[in-house]
Amino acid sequence: MNKKLEMLTTEKKDEHPYQEDLSKLSAADKKRMIHAGIDLDSGDKSGTFLMKDQSIVHCNIAQDSVELLSMEDASRKYDNLDDYWWKLVAPDKDQYTKKVKENDGQGYFIRAKEGQKSIFPVQTCLYLEHSGTVQTVHNVIIAEAGSEVDIITGCTSKEKSNQTSAHLGVSEIYVKKGAKVTYSMIHNWDEDVKVRPRTGVRIEEGGQFISNYISMKAVKDVQMNPAAHHVGKDASSSFNSILVAPQGAHLDIGAQVFLEAENTSTEIVSKALTTGGEIISRGLISGQGLKARGHLECQGLVLSDKGRIYTVPELDGRLSDIDLSHEAAVGKVAQDEIEYLMARGLTEDQAISLIVKGFLSAEIKGLPEILEKEIDDNVKKIEKDAF
Amino acid sequence: MLKINNLTVEIENQKILKNINIDIKTGEIVALFGPNGSGKTTLLMALMGYDKYDITEGKIFFKGKDITNLSIDERVKMGIGMMFQRPPVVKGVTVNDLINLAGDVETDYSQLSNQLNADAFLNRYLNDGFSGGEIKRSELLQLISLQPDLLLLDEPESGVDVENVELIGRTINDLLHENLIIEKNGLTQKQRHEKRKRSGFIITHTGHILEYVNADRAIVFIDGHIVCKGNPGEVLNMIKENGFEECKKCDQRV
Repeated sequence: MNKKLEMLTTEKKDEHPYQEDLSKLSAADKKRMIHAGIDLDSGDKSGTFLMKDQSIVHCNIAQDSVELLSMEDASRKYDNLDDYWWKLVAPDKDQYTKKVKENDGQGYFIRAKEGQKSIFPVQTCLYLEHSGTVQTVHNVIIAEAGSEVDIITGCTSKEKSNQTSAHLGVSEIYVKKGAKVTYSMIHNWDEDVKVRPRTGVRIEEGGQFISNYISMKAVKDVQMNPAAHHVGKDASSSFNSILVAPQGAHLDIGAQVFLEAENTSTEIVSKALTTGGEIISRGLISGQGLKARGHLECQGLVLSDKGRIYTVPELDGRLSDIDLSHEAAVGKVAQDEIEYLMARGLTEDQAISLIVKGFLSAEIKGLPEILEKEIDDNVKKIEKDAF
Repeated sequence: MLKINNLTVEIENQKILKNINIDIKTGEIVALFGPNGSGKTTLLMALMGYDKYDITEGKIFFKGKDITNLSIDERVKMGIGMMFQRPPVVKGVTVNDLINLAGDVETDYSQLSNQLNADAFLNRYLNDGFSGGEIKRSELLQLISLQPDLLLLDEPESGVDVENVELIGRTINDLLHENLIIEKNGLTQKQRHEKRKRSGFIITHTGHILEYVNADRAIVFIDGHIVCKGNPGEVLNMIKENGFEECKKCDQRV
């Protein structure tokens, strides 16, 4: 991809016009966005940010508890933004962050106000329209002390072409004292898109960060491994991933959690299912604070001999008074489970479908409704690909 | 209702059941006795149609139709239902999900759930961390939702405390007499028995369940053969006094 990335151009910032009224978006755009988990009906009530290639197409919010701005507007409004800019992700980390740095300044800024709990999720949609180009995004999320905010990020692209495109996204997430952030990301790319999100999270005392990630469609390749630093006492996080790899897809997804302060905890759970693609599921938990606790889990279902699931769990214990564990299991749909459900009157297909659906959603607590719906919608497709 | 003709069943090329013949009439309940590994569960799994239980000889007729080669779900639709001894855990699928999918949508199962103290496990994943009693009550709830005509009950009282044995036993008895529930109080036990419509097999080691469910006859299995048939009470007493060794001696190969 080295050479390719350099050859890819970024679009101009005024390529697409601003669209005040979301309902006036084209039918095709709406459809893609809905599949990326964006609820256009609730629109500005929740707060919606829409970026197409490098253009901000929409950015508006009616909730008082949370601010939603384009990065450009945010840097005009706040002069201390440098404190949050390239602090959790290093600009020279790799060629992708370098590329974002080169073309810096476009993305969203979300700030949940101190002590305020937002009722509706804030939606952000990153849309790659022009194939053969690279979209670069730089986002900052700040949850002030005692605030609560849910963010849904849908990433999508236009119908497939035969030209490779790339999406490079840097996100820096600050969870301050006692704040809670739920960050759900749905990827709905196409077979010709390469995706490199680079995410850093910093969690202060008593803060909570919950990440839900879903990728169930064809994509060329995604590689991401967000890092979360638990810097304050009692900070906690959970990373849930639901990964489905059709033939031709390559998903390399992980999470790195650094439990640096006392009594911090994390849980990383990934559900990986292949119908022919490759999934690498990584996880690293580093226990550096007293009484730090972490659990890492990967469940894999291989539905095709062409597919592959490779798990890489890493635990790094640096103190005696910590508790880190991992478990992983990779296999096919169990025959005894299929026959048991058939003995309750389900056909073989119905039984497999129910088991697959259960597999993908089991044990992931508090999954937003829209993500559950996404799973339901995709189970039929999975079976068609696999059997 | 059920006719088993000269049935031989193998698991991984090993003969487990050898040339078995059994007839069950409508309304008849048959207790199955025998030491561990004698083939009782194999018989029920083969009747249910499990893939691993390979029928190499003989035929099974149910309601006059040859079901030997039917799939599990086709047999269920014809009216066969099983209560498993050790059902598998199915993560992500709750007892409620399955009852709603498998059962009749018109039926309200809340009263039955109450009766079976099912509230504690209805919304949990199937058999995931269930106690012995919860497994049996969940199995029974699912079985009732299917309204089967032929019940295959694999050790309904194993691993269950005395109170649960009574609850399970009475519920099975109710299920067997379901179409008579209204007249239940006006009828004697004998009359009820004669009107029973559902048939079934009950595997039991202790016989406790038979205090609540009236079996018409007993069959004793040893080493894949039927070695004895008779009155359930008498056969059970004989086994309790003399053990299965005695059965072997009087092996009638019936």
